[in-house]
Amino acid sequence: MKTSTHPTQADASLSSPRRQERDRVPKPATPPTPPLLKRVGAPAATGATHALLVFWALLSTVPLLWALISAFKDNRELFGNPWQLPSTWHADNFTRAWSRASIGDYFVNTLIVVLGSLVLTMILGSMVAYVLARFTFPGCRLIYYAFVAGMAFPVVLALVPLFFVVKNLGLLGSYHGMILVYTAYALPFTVFFLTSFFRTLPTAVAEAALIDGASQEAIFFRVMLPMAKPGLLSVGIFNFLGMWNQYLLPVALNTDRDKYVLSQGLANLASQQGYEADWSALFAGLVIAAVPVIGLYLALQRRIQAGLTVGMLK
Amino acid sequence: MNHGKTRIILLFLALPLALYGALVVSPYAQAFSIALTSWSGFTADKPFVGLDNFQRLFQDPEFWQALGHNGLLLLVVPLVTIALGLFFAAMLNVGGSDGKVAGVRGSALYRRVYFLPHILPVVITAILWQFIYNPQIGLLNGGLDAIGLGGLAHTWLGDPAVALWSLIAVMVWAGVGFYVVLFSAAMQSIPKDIFEAADLDGAGRFQTLTRITLPLLRESVQVAWVYLGIHALDAFALFMVLTPTGGPDNSTMVLSQYLYLSAFGNGKFGYATAIGVMLSLLSLLLTALTFRGSRDKNTIEF
Repeated sequence: MKTSTHPTQADASLSSPRRQERDRVPKPATPPTPPLLKRVGAPAATGATHALLVFWALLSTVPLLWALISAFKDNRELFGNPWQLPSTWHADNFTRAWSRASIGDYFVNTLIVVLGSLVLTMILGSMVAYVLARFTFPGCRLIYYAFVAGMAFPVVLALVPLFFVVKNLGLLGSYHGMILVYTAYALPFTVFFLTSFFRTLPTAVAEAALIDGASQEAIFFRVMLPMAKPGLLSVGIFNFLGMWNQYLLPVALNTDRDKYVLSQGLANLASQQGYEADWSALFAGLVIAAVPVIGLYLALQRRIQAGLTVGMLK
Repeated sequence: MNHGKTRIILLFLALPLALYGALVVSPYAQAFSIALTSWSGFTADKPFVGLDNFQRLFQDPEFWQALGHNGLLLLVVPLVTIALGLFFAAMLNVGGSDGKVAGVRGSALYRRVYFLPHILPVVITAILWQFIYNPQIGLLNGGLDAIGLGGLAHTWLGDPAVALWSLIAVMVWAGVGFYVVLFSAAMQSIPKDIFEAADLDGAGRFQTLTRITLPLLRESVQVAWVYLGIHALDAFALFMVLTPTGGPDNSTMVLSQYLYLSAFGNGKFGYATAIGVMLSLLSLLLTALTFRGSRDKNTIEF
């Protein structure tokens, strides 16, 4: 023992000045002194990265602002310098878009189809999810996977047969046909999301209500649905945005011009635009169609960002 | 607890299942059999032709062209979108320069603004960019002119050399904000002490990003890849509005659009459905491959 420790001690004392210097570097790490912290936190967000952040912010907003401003120009000004502000702000573009270019009709059609589908989707989706989450019965796993599988295939695969199914039911180009189709294609995600949500809800209250003699249906509508409000809201926002956004289904199935939804009507207007056409009204139409979505986003942006990403993280 | 159970199950499942079965399950199932016919749509009989449609597909240059475009989208769109998304998310969450683990100033505002293009309905995005790319009134050529780069002006959607890239740019433009938010959420779930420990060990910001943040984010990047990949295979509305006929010389034709035009444009319903079957196989393959890859490696728990 003695012989072995002795040389090290001697060694340590011999090289002590150097040793101390080496030791000093990691030691202050426990109580970090200001100079060290400064070294570690060397500016990472340099001028260049800030410039990139600002650049992307401009890239995200300038096209939208340009569309908004263009909606107030007259046709002659539209063909002038795209970066110039309108000399007079033409609010009449909006009234013309609303009535003459039928944007008003498309807007009402969209509202009918989207709200109808949304209500139906939420009712049917939560009913299925509740049953799947709370009861086991023969075939319950099969039903669950049938819904999950519906998310795996691209909708475009179903398009041709769906067209004929809807046609044979006599529902082509009708509101209720669109509502049923929107609902059916919104069910997979709704059921998937709400099933796992209902599983997280406590069952004690429901059991107490059952003992008190409430029927299963009453428990669902009076106890479980109110408790599921946050989940219903998230999936409701998700579905609303998806349905307002829908283009593929109406373009194939909504064959009646008078029942066009906004996305379909706008795309149709845009494709018919020639030189003499009313471009300013089309810009105004774009703004009108975007307002509900942008407004909802500005009001609920935190919830929307969470709601749209929640389906992807686990 | 079982009181009234059977009744509620039957009551609550009957209507949704009937609807789902008729409008989703049955069309998907029918698709696989229609793909084996030469059905032209409006006749009662659907002549069975076996795998003829698929054989014809493999010899159809337009199909290969569309498939190639989807392949390019599959590669470029996720790569650029995820790279930009990760970069911005890192800046907004751990890029702060005051020594703490925090985002740069104004990061909440940036996140909100970046998300705007993603919230816009895709048809509106498409029409908006149709105007931006417009050679006469467009913002893009006008902007290039204004900064003295007028020589770079193009008829963006009318030139086969740049049309597809113009569409890719729109897909990236609309997508980045979503992934900034997604990756931000993932970054914020990483415990702060991991970053602090790295700080104390003397890791710089770049090292922290490449050695700690990115490896811990691998799973969300993977999910993002699948999601973007399926989106790239699916891209329909954007292409139908911006280049309704598949672009100059079919330079922007993608599978979903080829399917739609074959069916509702040319009445080749059997053939179109065969394209849909190929498209579905590709998306299933993509999902399977990506998730298989993730299962092989160990995931880091924290």
